[in-house]
Amino acid sequence: MTALDKIEVKDGVDQETVDAVAALSGTYKHGWETEIEMDYAPKGVNPDIVRLISSKNEEPEWMTEWRLQAFTRWEKMTEPTWAMVSYPKIDFQDIYYYARPKSMAIKPKSLDDVDPKLLATYAKLGIPLKEQAILAGVEGAENMPAEGRKVAVDAVFDSVSVGTTFQAELKKAGVIFCSISEAIRDHPELVKKYLGSVVPQSDNYYATLNSAVFSDGSFVYIPPGVRCPMELSTYFRINAENTGQFERTLIIADKGSYVSYLEGCTAPKRDVAQLHAAVVEIIIEEDAEVKYSTVQNWYPGDENGKGGIYNFVTKRADCRGDRAKVMWTQVETGSAVTWKYPSCILRGDDSQGEFYSIAIANNMQQADTGTKMVHLGKNTKSRIVSKGISAGKAQNTYRGLVSMHPKAKNSRNYTQCDSLLIGDQCGAHTVPYIEVKNNSSRVEHEATTSKVDDDQLFYCRSRGMDEEEAVALVVNGFCKEVLQALPMEFAMEAQALVAISLEGSVG
Amino acid sequence: MLEINNLHAELEDDSEVMILKGLTLSIKPGEVHAIMGPNGSGKSTLSYVLSGKDGYKVTDGSATLEGADLLDMEPEERAAAGLFLAFQYPVEIPGVGNMTFLRTAVNAQRKARGEEELSAGDFLKEVRAKAKELQIDAEMLKRPVNVGFSGGEKKRNEILQMAMLAPKMCVLDETDSGLDVDAMKLVADGVNALRSDGRSFLVITHYQRLLDHIKPDFVHILADGKIIKSGGPELALEVENNGYADLLAGAA
Repeated sequence: MTALDKIEVKDGVDQETVDAVAALSGTYKHGWETEIEMDYAPKGVNPDIVRLISSKNEEPEWMTEWRLQAFTRWEKMTEPTWAMVSYPKIDFQDIYYYARPKSMAIKPKSLDDVDPKLLATYAKLGIPLKEQAILAGVEGAENMPAEGRKVAVDAVFDSVSVGTTFQAELKKAGVIFCSISEAIRDHPELVKKYLGSVVPQSDNYYATLNSAVFSDGSFVYIPPGVRCPMELSTYFRINAENTGQFERTLIIADKGSYVSYLEGCTAPKRDVAQLHAAVVEIIIEEDAEVKYSTVQNWYPGDENGKGGIYNFVTKRADCRGDRAKVMWTQVETGSAVTWKYPSCILRGDDSQGEFYSIAIANNMQQADTGTKMVHLGKNTKSRIVSKGISAGKAQNTYRGLVSMHPKAKNSRNYTQCDSLLIGDQCGAHTVPYIEVKNNSSRVEHEATTSKVDDDQLFYCRSRGMDEEEAVALVVNGFCKEVLQALPMEFAMEAQALVAISLEGSVG
Repeated sequence: MLEINNLHAELEDDSEVMILKGLTLSIKPGEVHAIMGPNGSGKSTLSYVLSGKDGYKVTDGSATLEGADLLDMEPEERAAAGLFLAFQYPVEIPGVGNMTFLRTAVNAQRKARGEEELSAGDFLKEVRAKAKELQIDAEMLKRPVNVGFSGGEKKRNEILQMAMLAPKMCVLDETDSGLDVDAMKLVADGVNALRSDGRSFLVITHYQRLLDHIKPDFVHILADGKIIKSGGPELALEVENNGYADLLAGAA
């Protein structure tokens, strides 16, 4: 303790962190003291770090045990290599697994309070929303109130949830929307019942690691028959350097309920690659419906492939009840490497899964993404619409599995994968796996690859648009079907993002 | 307004096929000029070279718009400078709403000229009024650019773009192709409504019939990459009555 007392606490460093670290300091090796000058736990992962994270979140013993169990399992696992991505070997002991950013000193009340950089981003993306909506031809845009709709937001910075908005209003409806660390403390019965029930600890290398070290994330519970009165949103940001972000999201839609959930991600520029390994679990009971939309704009690294986020994410929805419905919509423009397959387990009879995806890879980005539709119940339906856009030297792979089990009689799948190439040094790959184990189901797959058409670009330019604007317009048109599946605000944001992420892709 | 002097252009594909072989043309503000010529005379090449399409190489000569060197500009700079090309074959852009396209174009040009962007309300008002004159209904404004449009709809859409962008120098490349009489009249009325002292037109056409509706001040006959004869509207009638053969023979 004496050593710690001498350390000068830097501006913005959370006293709690210092205290927690101090309390545990006896159990750690040397090098510890220098680290705590910052608001990080020391680099690397071991059972002590797992315990530290658990104790920082004031978790009960069962949770700590659950984490440790995952950690023991993870130590015996090896990293998967089947994806079409290549990156330098990750030194998992060279990463901070817990960071508490300085911006945590003041708890923001809403997203707008959080980060001026974010505000600037929104300014670049969204103004004025209504105006753009009308012109984009978005249905019902004219009726949209000028101020925009209410969206409840949970913001996760580095490892910690910094505040959830509209709590009271949600509570009135019986909706629980809070950080997962709060849920573990306040709603242990729900967490115990559902955590790991869709993505088990043993699922895959990154999911197992996440189970051990997840530091925070969002928790949603919609009670039976409740239509969530507003859109719920989580905003993730990696701020600190050399930090891994491991958030965990758990969404439970009880019988006959409905929720639309939005997830946004950003990270600042760093030379060093950063790891993001999240897990999202969604449980959808009978007649319930969940829409999950992601706009992922993690830092993609520079044009030479230096830095950027490694985005290794496991997302899965389990349609447990009959007639349950889930819709994944994702716009993936960021990250140096993306490894992500939001999936649907269609367990209930007549359940439905949909997956709409835009993946844009520019410069040296690599994206290996797709979905799994596992049809277990009778008359289950799934639909996959994937749009991959490659520019620069980027590689974009669609990898999808459609599996019809013997009992999934009369099930249907429709898959459409379109790839668009900008330039001649990028690549697009489509890897569909199809398994049908009954004779009454039907699977359809369509795939196209096209290049951005010079005539279209010239037509746009002859009307006064510069080359980048023209490309963005044509690409947005290509993505239309997916953009339409997004909630309105996100559609606008996504459209602007498409333009931003393709900057410098032509000429 | 538009000064073309001794313009030589060839295809960029190394075939060294010279298409324009010394074309000279001077158009003053407010004038309507027609260029007529047989197939392969270089009519469309002229429109593409003026608007800056890739695939052509200018080997000699010049083209200026109000004194500014067009050939030195990017296509979008030419547009912002006031040049507009109504395409013979307007291009389809799937997924992009016609209205979105128009507004993006209008604001891109305004921005390039250092003007303020048009607000959504003002834009809508203007586009609706202009669309009505061209009998373009609201449905067509919402549909993706030129996708599934009939020949007449595509050409009317070009004229709508022209009306919204308010260019100084309009080049119409075989705007009459693929149009029936009614559609042609509608398009011509649209063009005529845009005629003004400060705006010039270059109407490129194979047939005289469009010129019944858009009355030119001058008519030029283009053959083998050069203007071989210039005159008034009566020259168009001569082509109509006798075909190009006589004119070409006379020039040879």
